[in-house]
This record gives sequence, C-alpha cells and structure tokens, in this order.
Amino acid sequence: MLVKVHVTLKPGVLDPQGRAIGHALGALGFEGVADVRVGKVIELELAESVDLGSVDEMCRQLLANTVIENYRVETPRP
Amino acid sequence: MKTAVIVFPGSNCDRDVAVALERTTGTAPAMVWHTETALPDGTGAVAVPGGFSYGDYLRSGAVAARSPVMRAVADAAARGMAVLGVCNGFQVLTEAGLLPGALMRNRGLNYICRPVALTVGDARSPFLSRYSAGEAVTVPVAHNDGSYFADDETLDRLEGEGRVAFRYAAPVNGSARSIAGIINQRGNVLGMMPHPERAAEPAHGNTDGARLFEGLLAAAS
Repeated sequence: MLVKVHVTLKPGVLDPQGRAIGHALGALGFEGVADVRVGKVIELELAESVDLGSVDEMCRQLLANTVIENYRVETPRP
Repeated sequence: MKTAVIVFPGSNCDRDVAVALERTTGTAPAMVWHTETALPDGTGAVAVPGGFSYGDYLRSGAVAARSPVMRAVADAAARGMAVLGVCNGFQVLTEAGLLPGALMRNRGLNYICRPVALTVGDARSPFLSRYSAGEAVTVPVAHNDGSYFADDETLDRLEGEGRVAFRYAAPVNGSARSIAGIINQRGNVLGMMPHPERAAEPAHGNTDGARLFEGLLAAAS
C-alpha cells in the first residue's frame, strides 16, 4: 500500500528557496506568479498490516517538524 | 570534570570541540558514538558538535535527534547536566525538543562561513559565566541552515525569561530577533550556531570562544 505524506511549510514561515524559484520563474517570463512555497512528498510503501493511524505518529515523531511544517497524509482510495 | 562529545555519522567538528574541552578541563572527553544508549559514568558536560549528521537528510539534525544516544542526553539534561550544542548540534537539540524553535535555510540561501560579531545576551547560564551581558565578541559561523525560527509567543517568552545567549550584532542569516544562541529554562542547555571551539586558542587568531568552555568548567567546580 502506497501512502504519501505531503509536508509543507506553515503559513508565515519564510521560504527563501520558494522565493528564489519565484524569481527564476519571473526571469523566464512567467508573469503573475504571486508566491512559491516548496514542500516535500514522502512516499511510504507499507505492508497491508500497518495501521494507518501509525502514519500520523510517524509524521509527528520524525517526518514533519510541527514547529515549522504542516503535513497531510494521502492514503490510497479504497 | 569529565566531559563527552557525541559523534554522529557526518559530524565534523567533534574533534575540534574535543580539543577545546581538553584544553579547558585537562582531560580528553569521551567520544560517544550515536548508537550508545548511555553516557559514561560521571559525565558532567556533553557537547553535541557541528557537522552534517546523516547528510542533513530530511531536515538538519532530524535523524540524529532520534538516535539512541540522544535519549541519554535528554535524560541527563533533565537531571541538570550541562549540554552544549554547536551549529548542527544546535539543530539536533531543537529537533530533539531540548530547545524550542527550529533552524531554517539561511535567508540568502548562501552557505555562510566567516567570523561574525555577536552580542552576549542576558541569559543566566554556566556557559556564560565568563561573559557579561551586552559584551561584544567575535565567533565564526559556518552554516547553511542557521536562520532561527520560532513563533512570536515563543520568541517573547525567550526574551522575557532572559534565555537569549547570543545575538548577531548585524544581520547574518535571517534569524528571528537576531538570535544566534539560546538556553533552556534551567540554563544548563545551550544551543548556538557560531562555533566557540573555532575561537578558542591564540592560533585561531581569536579566543573569544574559550571563555564559554572556561565558564562551563568554573560553574561545575
């Protein structure tokens, strides 16, 4: 079972990497890109026996730093 | 005083901080590998060194913070043992929850490696006992992820409780309120991005960092 964890910076947390990408898009001539935020997707290949509730625990203990990041767990459609 | 230096895969300032501790205490620190589950008996102070533990994978310090030895460090810190985290060590201490906030990518995206002017904060800690509040010192930094972040409430609390150990005298990396180092509530845990072990003997051209280790020893004896 493939579970995807989407980790994004909380609103208000400065993202210099996103800002640099925004500048680069502007330099390429793309207009109207108001803001860019960079996050990450962590793909977990889990045995069917794994309780999906434990993924939330994985996020809180390691995958996301909740001081600066939000996370969202995407599970396969039943 | 017996001291210890934690060594993770990718640590690269472990030997530098060991030299600074040995010069100060007269005894070589124990080098403790990250898989250890206990610190040597009688350890009075621990340094979590700079470097790139686990290649900075996931987030700087994130994986190291969950290593077995860090549980022992957290337990010892809770009992009042002195813990110094420098650079990657500071990142490890925040990731481990021993200090609040987080260290993020430098605002300018550049790796910054140069001596920086600091102002000593009003924090009360054994580490700072040989400095005076407001004093100007120079200590080198060398980091990619040194921009200190915490929410406003946490920053207000750090300032209100006198827990800012060092501030940058001029903007360096985008740190909130120019914070370069903080202590925990009890004052026995210090995390800082600048490297005091790189300004610890005359050959370094600057000994402003040496007093941090001397203060630590004085407070312990």
